[in-house]
Amino acid sequence: MRLEYFQMLDRIVDVDVGARLIRTACTIPKANESPVFEGHFPGYPLMPGVLLIECMAQTTGWLASALVNFDQMPILAGVKEGKMRSAVFPGDALEFEGKVIHEGSGFTVGEIKGLRDGKTVCNAQITYRMVAYPNPQFRQAIRDWAERLQFPFKEPVK
Amino acid sequence: MSTTFDKVAEIIAETCDIPRENIKPESHAINDLEIDSLDFLDIAFAIDKAFGIKLPLEQWTQEVNDGKATTDQYFVLKNLSDRIDELIAAKGA
Repeated sequence: MRLEYFQMLDRIVDVDVGARLIRTACTIPKANESPVFEGHFPGYPLMPGVLLIECMAQTTGWLASALVNFDQMPILAGVKEGKMRSAVFPGDALEFEGKVIHEGSGFTVGEIKGLRDGKTVCNAQITYRMVAYPNPQFRQAIRDWAERLQFPFKEPVK
Repeated sequence: MSTTFDKVAEIIAETCDIPRENIKPESHAINDLEIDSLDFLDIAFAIDKAFGIKLPLEQWTQEVNDGKATTDQYFVLKNLSDRIDELIAAKGA
């Protein structure tokens, strides 16, 4: 995880396109590894809740991408029922479990939760507007990013 | 007994914070009530839940984009209510 580059996830653990499920994992950087914690907060490093929302958004975002074979990109359009249930600290290991509950008419909607040691620390319903990639190079860059996260491509994405 | 339109109007009023009295059977959700596609998605979810159906939004969007249907057929509220009644009837058939 590199917070200042919005690289929120360390790896995609599993994607089940048929069941519309995804699991991802990440470890929050140590306090001295990210300037985010210099400000949030001085002397009391705490993972910002808005960045937990970003973790959740990226998780079901990868699933939304998988469901259209990376032909469209999901853009964050709405966050509902976003709940930060427990404080998350530097060094914490998190898993995210997401599912897509709606696809079509230009939108994809996911339900997602983040867990630490099996206990939910955050959850939300997230809506994405599905848009065309601005160019083929950017689509390839996103696909390369997915590969770095160990996205389990079952077959080559054209 | 409330009609399908009454329920739809209540859902729209609550979801989009539009005064109920401004929502008429002849109102066009997009052109008259200025509901955007993101809010309409929430309305569709609420309609699905209230009536136990699933609005085929993808199909409707495609038909409009392909010129096979007009937005009036799906977004004028009395027509939307008719579509909902058809889906309810199809479910019970």
